[in-house]
Amino acid sequence: MSATDLRERAAQPEGRPMRIAVIQRIVPETPESSTYWMTWRGNDGEGYAFEAGQFNMLYLFGVGEVAISISSNPMHPHHLGHTVRHVGRVTNAFRNLRPGDEVGVRGPFGKPWPLHEAEGGDLVIVAGGVGVCPVRPAVESAMRRRDRYRRLILLLGARTPDLLPYKDQLDEWVALMERLGVELHLTVDEPVGTWLYDVGVVTTLFPKARIEPARTTAFMCGPEVMMRFAGRGLLELGVPPERIYLSMERHMECGIGLCGHCQLGPYFVCTDGPVFRYDEIAPLMEVGEL
Amino acid sequence: MWYLERDGLGRLIGLLAERGYRVIGPTVRDGAVVLDEVTGLADLPAGVREVQGPGRYRLERTDDGRLFDWAHGPDAGKRFLFPPRERLTEIRRGREGMRAEPAPEEDDRPLALLGLRSCDLHAIAVQDRVFLELDERYRRRRERAVLIGVNCAVPGSTCFCVSMGTGPRCTAGFDLALTELAEGFALEVGSRLGAELRDALGVRAATDGERAEVEAIARAAAERMGRSLDVADMPGLLYRNREHPRWGDVGARCLACANCTMVCPTCFCHDVVDDVSLSGETATRTREWASCFSAEYSWAAGAVVRESHAARYLQWLTHKFASWIDQFGVSGCVGCGRCITWCPVGIDVTEEIAAIRASDGAVEVRTA
Repeated sequence: MSATDLRERAAQPEGRPMRIAVIQRIVPETPESSTYWMTWRGNDGEGYAFEAGQFNMLYLFGVGEVAISISSNPMHPHHLGHTVRHVGRVTNAFRNLRPGDEVGVRGPFGKPWPLHEAEGGDLVIVAGGVGVCPVRPAVESAMRRRDRYRRLILLLGARTPDLLPYKDQLDEWVALMERLGVELHLTVDEPVGTWLYDVGVVTTLFPKARIEPARTTAFMCGPEVMMRFAGRGLLELGVPPERIYLSMERHMECGIGLCGHCQLGPYFVCTDGPVFRYDEIAPLMEVGEL
Repeated sequence: MWYLERDGLGRLIGLLAERGYRVIGPTVRDGAVVLDEVTGLADLPAGVREVQGPGRYRLERTDDGRLFDWAHGPDAGKRFLFPPRERLTEIRRGREGMRAEPAPEEDDRPLALLGLRSCDLHAIAVQDRVFLELDERYRRRRERAVLIGVNCAVPGSTCFCVSMGTGPRCTAGFDLALTELAEGFALEVGSRLGAELRDALGVRAATDGERAEVEAIARAAAERMGRSLDVADMPGLLYRNREHPRWGDVGARCLACANCTMVCPTCFCHDVVDDVSLSGETATRTREWASCFSAEYSWAAGAVVRESHAARYLQWLTHKFASWIDQFGVSGCVGCGRCITWCPVGIDVTEEIAAIRASDGAVEVRTA
């Protein structure tokens, strides 16, 4: 198993200053999450760039920092979107933010989705619930360079329609994806109201999507139990484990492999991940409470 | 090797203080040998011996006036190079918005750490791999520090540095190293700064007899090691036994009190917490030692990842002896045995690892 190399660690100094961003717009996504759109204050965004799958440490004055994946388009690093689920001390304090409020930003941190790995073949993106947020930049990047991929397949699921983020953009996305020939499949476990798409856990979409395993590179993000089942499902279809990637979530406090909290086996999820190759991480996912 | 009179050690403390160092050395307080600021020989723990065992630490008086016939109390260099609480950043919120600035050092004198054992020197080298490249504050303190080692004559009954290859003889990582002889000290020099201090102290070359005595003390200490540990096939042994029944067994005994992580000279996990001034204008970000034995340590996405004490013990022990090697190229354990001594229920890492080794592979790890 590979560990983070000392020189690589040195390349991400903590001394990197906190930049300040200003909230522009807050979009409620699900009953317990909202997307915070922000731009940089003054020149604070100078030299800032990120890749799909990376995260920032967001700081609220007097409250603390929290690791949030970047959900916006990497093409526009001066217009950042973070979808925050209000489940902890800091993320709950996000509820009090209003447009014009300031947020401290350190980052970007972590390994991005390896979009180049999928080039020339099919890219299958499987996401569940808030797991859609960290894959969204990958979807945007892949759509922008649509010609680099053969098939682009998006399998998105949630427990209920309520829990699927970015619904306000869904119609726009569906139209754009139709135009670009992106195969979008949506499913929920429990349909409520006028749900026009599939019903069932996200793995039930696999047969429908007619995944061609030999050409496929897959990205997964969602609750660990979903990723375990989706991973096994993809393996059963014949997708090689070294072409399946997933984004892990652990308690990340520093972003640079220093505070220790996000350890998973030999890895610091913040620097060795959050995106891992399935074969590196699957045995660890099988052990409870690791 | 050189010979330093007994009162030469007092002169060394004075010399360092004169040069602006904050001299930290062993002293007796609250029934233990602790590390704190010392001003002279009188502060050192003369005529004291330790009785250490699992969950047990007592001092006994010998009144023989010897200064270093003990192994170590709960403190190591960590407490000074990586303080338990340290203000990192001050963030002011004014008319122009938030502004972050590094918090000033509370005591900016360079450190002179006196009386570190070989295990403690190795522990500093281990923490160097964690902090040196990434943490400016640690680096600044570390680079300015003087490290003065002491060779152990009387190891503790929970010590196993011989097994970890980290002692008992100081072999690296010191500016000066002392061995307590009948009257004075044998002095070894490990750096240019150490040589300069030696010259300022006025010493004579050690005699062949004194050299032989140092070797004999080190040999005897190695033979008196209280415990031993077979470290063959680490990290493999612990990785393939993640689901061994012993974890449940030790988890049932472990109180998750975090003592082991607090006394461990290499544990580096920490939190950064915010305090806000009464005026609401300034927030201070303070780093605090954290422990993988607390529930909040593994809090993620609205849930605690490691609920059971067994899972937390597995994380700590496997990190210390196995994944540390993957992460930093060296074991996270230096064999000081503090975690055994200061565990309120006397859990012994050497015993736990031996038990796992004794039934290695009892439970096969599932793989995908």
